[in-house]
Amino acid sequence: MRNWLPHPILTPSLAIVWLLLNNSLEPGQILLGLLLGWAIPRFTLAFWPERVRIHSTAQLLRFAAVFLYDVLVANLAVARLILAGPRALRPAFVVVPLDLSNDLALSLLANTICLTPGTVSARLSADRRSLLVHALDCGDPAELVATVKTRFEAPLKAIFEGDAAC
Amino acid sequence: MLSFALAVAFALVGAAAALSFLRLLKGPDAADRILALDTLYINAIALLVLLGIRLASPLYFEAALLIALMGFVGTVALCKFLLRGDIIE
Amino acid sequence: MSAATELLLSVLVLAGAAFTFIGSLGLWRLRDFYTRLHGPTKATTLGVGCLLIASSVFFSIAGDGWSLHEILVSLFLFITAPVSAHLLAKAALHRRLPSIAPPPEEMAEEERQ
Repeated sequence: MRNWLPHPILTPSLAIVWLLLNNSLEPGQILLGLLLGWAIPRFTLAFWPERVRIHSTAQLLRFAAVFLYDVLVANLAVARLILAGPRALRPAFVVVPLDLSNDLALSLLANTICLTPGTVSARLSADRRSLLVHALDCGDPAELVATVKTRFEAPLKAIFEGDAAC
Repeated sequence: MLSFALAVAFALVGAAAALSFLRLLKGPDAADRILALDTLYINAIALLVLLGIRLASPLYFEAALLIALMGFVGTVALCKFLLRGDIIE
Repeated sequence: MSAATELLLSVLVLAGAAFTFIGSLGLWRLRDFYTRLHGPTKATTLGVGCLLIASSVFFSIAGDGWSLHEILVSLFLFITAPVSAHLLAKAALHRRLPSIAPPPEEMAEEERQ
């Protein structure tokens, strides 16, 4: 099982991407998509040493909803800031300490930070314990760190590392 | 109504592309120019999607997808170049 | 096409174009590289997202059957835009571009090592 289907989540995802790319739901395309979804992870095994585990699907769905809502809010905020002009900005570099160790969770956190609360992640420290973040308009760095940690990091930790602390 | 909205949208996205192009010319640093190029890719995608709706032709979608793919690879390669002074080690 | 869908499409197209424009405006108008980075990564991504939803709705109604492949481009942009932004920010820190915000201390130390 482990050798034949090394990534049970990647396979259906690739099949869905294939179907979207072809914009069709014909049985032949579904079969081809599943075949590709099986073959690609199988033959690129060396690039995916870790198996992705999702501990809580409900948390994942909730995180996706929070994420989409935050993208919308953050975009409106950034648009408002840009229109208000450069003088109204209070840019700052903030260091966010991290509790995550899972690679995928870390990259998802960095991506989420880039898309949501008026921030761009700039650099992961060499020991992977903190992330440098640039905020477009930041009045209170401590509050920003708290938001990132409770709103994004805690759910990601629960989803990928199975910690029910949140 | 839709054709009017599309005309306005074309003007806005065209202006956006012009601003990105000005930033591409002005710089001042290489990183600014890469960022401007990346924005130009996204503006081009927006223009192609609008054109697809305007001409009611799904063909333009493929071009938009290709620009998205190639633009990302180009940006990453240029950033790597800035970071390491070399693309392939 | 009914009046309601036409209105929905017009609103989506206009919102998308407006966000795209604001993103580029930020790129042109803001003063240092790090703040400029915010416009294109956020506003532009949502702008193109709106346009792609409009395109999806349009072709689902005008063409035959659902047209969902636009989701693929939005998904791809949502994944790649932060990665490019992160790499650009990293490159800018590496090149020590001037910043309005005070650059962090420990980063400078790490750079020296």
